[in-house]
Amino acid sequence: MKLLFSLLLCLCLPSAWADAAPKLDIGKGGQCVEDAQWMRKNHMHVLKHQRDEAVRKGVREEKHSLKNCIECHASTKDDSVIARADSFCVACHKYEAVKLDCFECHSGKRKSAWLQRNAK
Amino acid sequence: MSDIDLQRRNFLKTSVGAAAVAIAPGVLLFDMAHGNPQALSGKVRWGMLIDTAQCKPGCNDCVTACNTENGLSGETKSTDSQWIRKIEIKDISSGRELSLPMMCQHCENPPCVDVCPTTASFKRADGIVLVDKHRCIGCRYCMMACPYKARSFVHEPLSDQNPDVPRGKGTVESCTLCVHRIDQGGQPACAEACANKAILFGDLNNPESEIAQKVRTVATTQVRADLRLNPGVRYQGL
Repeated sequence: MKLLFSLLLCLCLPSAWADAAPKLDIGKGGQCVEDAQWMRKNHMHVLKHQRDEAVRKGVREEKHSLKNCIECHASTKDDSVIARADSFCVACHKYEAVKLDCFECHSGKRKSAWLQRNAK
Repeated sequence: MSDIDLQRRNFLKTSVGAAAVAIAPGVLLFDMAHGNPQALSGKVRWGMLIDTAQCKPGCNDCVTACNTENGLSGETKSTDSQWIRKIEIKDISSGRELSLPMMCQHCENPPCVDVCPTTASFKRADGIVLVDKHRCIGCRYCMMACPYKARSFVHEPLSDQNPDVPRGKGTVESCTLCVHRIDQGGQPACAEACANKAILFGDLNNPESEIAQKVRTVATTQVRADLRLNPGVRYQGL
């Protein structure tokens, strides 16, 4: 009986852990493009399409831009989507083990916060 | 004219009309779907006219403004990015001295675009030559191809970039003509910062614009015009 119980425990615990979704700081949050599940699955395609249009054709559509994502989803504490382990972009990408290289070039901060700091 | 010819002509007329009616809505819809009103048109060609008589030796305001706008360090070591630099030149025989800013000349036929193996270096429809850093592999062919030495390579990891001006290690960069400002209807930071109004920015293709009128009426030079790259940046009094 003891053996069976420990076996069950071993089987159940990992699955319980695996279901624990990452805890993120979603910033202001809210839905501006699509619902959350759609965005989880497709945000990379939206961003990739938008970046080519913006850089090469000059179509600067505010709604689908990375800057606009950051505007709402940057933490209200540090104005960033990448600063901490539970920041909006970092937490999920860490959980999914997907490398996040947008922010090697792009700023992860709100424009307003950047302006404030660089006005000094 | 024989009857058969007339019949043939009428048939052709009606069939052309019918084809036009059938195709037109499709073309219109395609335009509506793909022709974003914000997309660039090839009608515009952005350019600059630099009046060397107004450019003061020792003044560095345009360079400082560029550095602040684009988040450059302002250092001038060989590994630091410089998008615009001031150049002092002297004609040895006459002793005439000149001071002028030098940056990406936004050529109509840019050699940097020719040599790029990944089409990262490209020219926008409005004539601005840019690096698409999503595609740049940092091979630096474009730096070698550019006769104006306008491009820089980012050697070190960067942080805290201007959200409007993404820059990163391993990519080549150069003057963007402050494309983020132009797309919002503004003008480049250097043109705005020049106290003597030595840098005139505008649309070379619009005959009404100040720059086009000036280019029409005063003698202006393109640097290394012999290369026939047709730069968008012109100099007056060179």
